[in-house]
Amino acid sequence: MDRTSLDQAAIELNSIKKSFGGVHALKNVSFKINKGEVVGLLGDNGAGKSTLVRCISGIHTPDHGDILVNGKVVSIESALDARNVGIETVFQDLAMVPEFNITENLFLNREIKHKNPILKWLGWLDKGAMERRSKKALNRLNSRIPSYDEQIHHLSGGQRQAVAIARAVNWGADIVVMDEPTAALGVEQSAQVNELIKVISSQGVAVLLISHNMQHVVETCDRAVVLYQGESVADVAVADVTKEDLVALITGAKSQAA
Amino acid sequence: MSTDSASIALLKQFAFKREAFIYYIFILVLVIFAVFLHDTAFLTVSNFMNIIRQMAPITVMAVGLTFALSVGHIDLSIGSVVALSALVGALLLQYTGIPMAVAGALLIGGVIGLINGVLIERMQVSSLLITLGTMGIVTGIARQLTNLESVPIINQDFTFMFGAGDILGIPILLIWTVLIGGIGYIVMQKLAFGRHLLAVGGSPKAALAMGIKVTRIRMYSLVISSVAAALAGLLYAGRLHGARYTLGEADLLTVIAAVAIGGTSLFGGRACIVGAILGSWLMGMINNGLILSGFSTNEQMIARGVILIIAVAIGVKELKNG
Repeated sequence: MDRTSLDQAAIELNSIKKSFGGVHALKNVSFKINKGEVVGLLGDNGAGKSTLVRCISGIHTPDHGDILVNGKVVSIESALDARNVGIETVFQDLAMVPEFNITENLFLNREIKHKNPILKWLGWLDKGAMERRSKKALNRLNSRIPSYDEQIHHLSGGQRQAVAIARAVNWGADIVVMDEPTAALGVEQSAQVNELIKVISSQGVAVLLISHNMQHVVETCDRAVVLYQGESVADVAVADVTKEDLVALITGAKSQAA
Repeated sequence: MSTDSASIALLKQFAFKREAFIYYIFILVLVIFAVFLHDTAFLTVSNFMNIIRQMAPITVMAVGLTFALSVGHIDLSIGSVVALSALVGALLLQYTGIPMAVAGALLIGGVIGLINGVLIERMQVSSLLITLGTMGIVTGIARQLTNLESVPIINQDFTFMFGAGDILGIPILLIWTVLIGGIGYIVMQKLAFGRHLLAVGGSPKAALAMGIKVTRIRMYSLVISSVAAALAGLLYAGRLHGARYTLGEADLLTVIAAVAIGGTSLFGGRACIVGAILGSWLMGMINNGLILSGFSTNEQMIARGVILIIAVAIGVKELKNG
């Protein structure tokens, strides 16, 4: 198995199980992501991808199994817990307020307050500081975003995706989970997002990429984990397999070859 | 770029925004009346001071309603809260001092706002229906409270503080307007709370995903609008030296029209406090101009309705254009 130079697990899932009533959405999922690694999470509809993402981002709590972050078992019972252990999720709808500008979205509910203790207690915003941080965050991604005070609804889909990624990274996330980041994007914009994913992984961030798009996975990911009927059935280095192999794993026509 | 051309660019940007509309219509109406009523007292400082004093309760309610609208709620109960708070304040003044009377009246407002908020969140029903219901209940209580009798206020300190007084020649009602408008502006524009209100109004899903306590924020917004209405009740009581169940009865339409024309979205996510203040003054100016032109109360009511519809039409058109 190929490993990156930073051979250290950022996040590790051990036999995660989750059921809803009688439905076993996740039966047994185990894999890990090293620092700076991009892992694709593949699987057919209903294979359990969304449930897994929700377990990692704190929307669901697993019934069984451990999640380890940087080698320590963590308990993630809310979105806030996930954030506190360094996991940021970029949801499909991006969770942004269209009327707000980029800076306001980057700092939504994590505003920088004024230094004066009284004003800070009131929640007085330090808009200058937020704008400076926001410029830095955008520069760090070399993204082609016009300006930090542009309103979100004036941006293209790819640019919005970039802002959502910038927000995740800006909060010092060690692990970024992305749910179908290119699903709604054209070819060129998808390429831009891929580029961004490479930039943040080169900065040591572990990325879990949920995608339907095989081409996207092959281009961006180091490894691919395949879910089939709630189980992780394959964990392969992308360089070692063909797209056809991956499809066979997803459809269950073939169990792990590697 | 020099600072001059930068500010000109900013000004240009603003000139085409929805928020700027109120300035144009304000000036337009002002000019029209000034021309048609050139032989009356319309265009005098004292007339405008009068308008501002008269509209002070409306202005305060408009600032409060802006908070409810910012999260996407409407609060129809504000008119009824005005009457109840004024009556409660006036009754309490017969037994206790000003602090207790004022606290009691504002508390009534806060409690009604909280009830509105809790019912909306618990039942997951639109604020329109819940506040329509509380409007009926509160109106009924206000009528019952004194058997339709008015309650006079003889406490001169109270009428000074909440109506007739002036400090260094500045009417106290103008001071109240500036104070409440200023607080509203700061909270909405400068504090994190204001960002959260607008985030909840603009995209509840995003707000929730970012960990904002959406339910709580929505409830606060209704408490604020209701407390502001209670304060408006005290301002009426102070100016009129007494309270009556009819206070605030006809204000709902005026307040909604004022806020809507001022640039606040009726669907949440955009709030404009300065616009709400100017909007309320615009409504006052129109009333005043129509009276001076010899129109009746009925015709003023028609004018208010027309303005609300114009404001809504602009808002909806903008919504469609994205």
